[in-house]
Amino acid sequence: MVAVLTGKELATDKIGALICGWMIHSKDGSPMKAGVYPALALNTVRYVGDRVAVVIAETLNQARDAAELVSIDYDELEAVVDLATAQQRGKPQIHAEAPNNTVYQWHLGDKAATDAAFAAAKHVTRIELVNNRLIPNAIEPRAAIGEYDRGSGGYTLYTTSQNPHVARLVLSAFIGIAPENKLRVIAPDVGGGFGSKIFIYGEEVVCTWASRKVGRPVKWVSDRTESFLADAHGRDHLTIAEAAMDANGKILALRVSTKANLGAYLSTFASSVPTYLYAPLLSGQYDVNAIYCEVDGVYTNTSPVDAYRGAVRPEATFVVERLVEVAARQLGQDPAELRMRNFITSFPHQTPVLSNYDAGNYRASMKSALELSDYAGFGARKEKSARDGKLRGIGFAAYIEACGIAPSKAVGSLGAGVGLWESAEIRVNPVGTVEVLTGSHSHGQGHETTFAQIVSQRLGIPLEQISIVHGDTDKVQFGMGTYGSRSAAVGGSAIVKALDKVVAKATKIATRVMEVADNSVDFQDGVFSARGTNKSMTWSELALQAYVAHKFDSSEIEPGLKETAFYDPSNFTFPSGVHIAEVEIDPETGVTKIDRWTAVDDFGNVINPMIVEGQVHGGVAQGVGQAMLENAVYDRNGQLLTASYMDYCMPRASDLPSIEVEMTPTHCPSNPLGVKGCGEAGAIASPAALVNAITAALGHENIVMPATPQAVWRAAQASRKLAAE
Amino acid sequence: MYAFDYRRPTTLAEAETALKGIAGAKILAGGQTLLPALKLRLNRHPCIVDLSAVGGLAAIARKGDTLSIGAMATHVQVAESKDVAAAIPGLAQLAEAIGDPQVRNRGTIGGSLANNDPAADYPAAVLALNATLKTTRRSIAADDFFKGLFATALDDNEILTEIAFPRPKRFAYAKFANPASRFALVGVAVADTASGPRVAVTGAGSSGVFRAREMEAALGKSFAPESLAKIKIEASMLTSDIHAAADYRAHLIGVMVKRAVQAALA
Repeated sequence: MVAVLTGKELATDKIGALICGWMIHSKDGSPMKAGVYPALALNTVRYVGDRVAVVIAETLNQARDAAELVSIDYDELEAVVDLATAQQRGKPQIHAEAPNNTVYQWHLGDKAATDAAFAAAKHVTRIELVNNRLIPNAIEPRAAIGEYDRGSGGYTLYTTSQNPHVARLVLSAFIGIAPENKLRVIAPDVGGGFGSKIFIYGEEVVCTWASRKVGRPVKWVSDRTESFLADAHGRDHLTIAEAAMDANGKILALRVSTKANLGAYLSTFASSVPTYLYAPLLSGQYDVNAIYCEVDGVYTNTSPVDAYRGAVRPEATFVVERLVEVAARQLGQDPAELRMRNFITSFPHQTPVLSNYDAGNYRASMKSALELSDYAGFGARKEKSARDGKLRGIGFAAYIEACGIAPSKAVGSLGAGVGLWESAEIRVNPVGTVEVLTGSHSHGQGHETTFAQIVSQRLGIPLEQISIVHGDTDKVQFGMGTYGSRSAAVGGSAIVKALDKVVAKATKIATRVMEVADNSVDFQDGVFSARGTNKSMTWSELALQAYVAHKFDSSEIEPGLKETAFYDPSNFTFPSGVHIAEVEIDPETGVTKIDRWTAVDDFGNVINPMIVEGQVHGGVAQGVGQAMLENAVYDRNGQLLTASYMDYCMPRASDLPSIEVEMTPTHCPSNPLGVKGCGEAGAIASPAALVNAITAALGHENIVMPATPQAVWRAAQASRKLAAE
Repeated sequence: MYAFDYRRPTTLAEAETALKGIAGAKILAGGQTLLPALKLRLNRHPCIVDLSAVGGLAAIARKGDTLSIGAMATHVQVAESKDVAAAIPGLAQLAEAIGDPQVRNRGTIGGSLANNDPAADYPAAVLALNATLKTTRRSIAADDFFKGLFATALDDNEILTEIAFPRPKRFAYAKFANPASRFALVGVAVADTASGPRVAVTGAGSSGVFRAREMEAALGKSFAPESLAKIKIEASMLTSDIHAAADYRAHLIGVMVKRAVQAALA
């Protein structure tokens, strides 16, 4: 065994605590009440998965043997697990800083206007929702290797990060491992993240710090159960939502009150997720005059909760789309028609909850989805199912999301600790091959293809001559990483901006080389040609000329061809779409078969249709997982009961339908590529669509996700009772 | 995984000697339960005796109206065997639906029975089919073999060698899989045997696989799904966990028995 280390040694070495990088203020103006989140627990352990001690050994088996010998003297405290009651007076206090386990009581919107609209409304629909806790389950668990080099005094951290530069920034500026110039973070091929690898966890801190302490590299690889216990979880909301409607089914106002479980500590972006990523989307695709939303952020003795694919846009969509669906049922109106009647039809559109939608055509998506799903034939299919003793239902979700995260100044004014621009550097080699260094991070998104397509199209050179470089702080100068469906809209736009600079300089060089007048050279399909002459040169000839620098005045034009750009978006992007799920339930067993799935999305311009379609499929799979299969369950003592695949049900191919994917794109005016983002849409739309379909089949609203066979069977029995009454 | 001695005998006699020689030695068949348990440090054994090199333990054969399956036959071998398909096709179908391809290629019928996981599929079939379990020492009737959760009539150092299935008039197994693990949440095997109908239930009982005698009696009068219409399964003997409460399991037993009878008649 090499060493056993605890939080005491960390404190002695003045290694700081983990941070939450977004300040939220409560409605009374007070800053959020955050407890300290040490990388290794100090005196108090707050959830099963908290890091208690570190054993470093030469082999894994030796480390395990030694870990079994670590004996910890625990005084057991009562656990706070239940979100609904965690804030009650008299409950154990998880952090002394946060009375009643309440981190903040935040709100957004005009309460008086909303209340007035409710008072005048002909009809009010009220629902209570549970948004179940999920565990991300990337195929590659988290891992880290810290390495200290005594010669240079520098550290290298190899890690599974979605944003290595942010990891370096936090480890350096806030945790105090080493200054940025002495800390290199490398995260090249990462096996999936879904958000869980955005955050800075204790393990990376410890591996890096300990590598100096023990004088050799320190490696840690999470096993699967550790992932279940200690990766940031997702969702976990309790919500009461109300819609004020007029007699014709026009939505007048929405009122939403949510308790968000933040777990035992505030993870890196946890505070922003149920607040500024949530309430600004509560207008959905609808023209609503008044919205008021209150959110309590709550500590419990559970794994920290942070952004997970969709990052609270699934929760917002679930609120809006369940509410609209139930309202339509209560008013006896067709749910598609009620939606159409309320859709926003002119853009830009300012919602009452900050968001300013730039472009969209919601009716086009709905019409296309109705056609593709054969909505007209649903009645006949339902009758056929009924003859077979089955219950059939159809459900809609007209979702909206805010992607292209995010305009730096705007998020700064809302409490973000960082800007959310993106950087790109284009390095043209003397033979014309191109290296693109991007601050976006690819962990399964296929940036190597999509970004290369952007460059290939622009420069007229084949994909093989383009390399995409990411995931290394020594190569890429800075970047904000990949999450929130931001890579194409923000990272791709940074590449475009850098390409503009490269082409401008190259064109200038071309005029000198070809000895023609300024502004007389066109660049198209990889060829520079001088207008009105037969002079031209290829991209690779130009690249060589840029580096030999014989034919232009280097006091006017610098030799070489390399440009950097930092792109800060002017607005969020607002992808939208309509998903329609159709299910058939066997009331005898509660088994729900997803018979049809239609996804019509507006992602703006599409660069690579296959990758986009794959994102839709994967997103739907995760949404189906949330709606029917996945559930993180803690017992009352805070033990996670679903800490392996024996108990936590991940979607399998056989759980999924064949998915009809269609696009009704509108150009996004907020970035040069006209793209909106597609990475999360499926996960955002599908839980609402599926629960709407299941409740339609059941004939009542009383079911909580995940709609497992047992839950559906019980609900189907209730349906039978209702029918008998 | 903790360190252990590893033995790979080539005869049953050698295997028995190895087992007798070291207290706490454990038999390794397909390893689909044992190996994960070792890797997770849930089990610790001074010695592992691997039966994979013992010859003749995986044979499948028909002798008259008896189908015999060697204890080391993998699930794939059972699923693909022409003899099994001809004698008891429902047994081949059961084997084909165990776990995933990796499990089916390594896991064995003997390993599954000796382990007697309360949610395993084979125990229900063996009990319903009134099979005989042959060991290095004796023959044990299925009714005497299963002794509760992960417990069997096997003594320490006794090795299961073969399972002999009398050919039934009809047989089917209907499984309602746990959505997460795909083990049986409720699995029902129904056999119409020489001694009358037998119904065995796995996945649901709080002390493992059991026979549903009331259903057997009803099917004895008439082997048809309608015979079961009025029988209520008592939930108090059944398992409740995060996947299914006892009342749901009780209900599913009723549904699965009916479906198994239908399949057996088809």
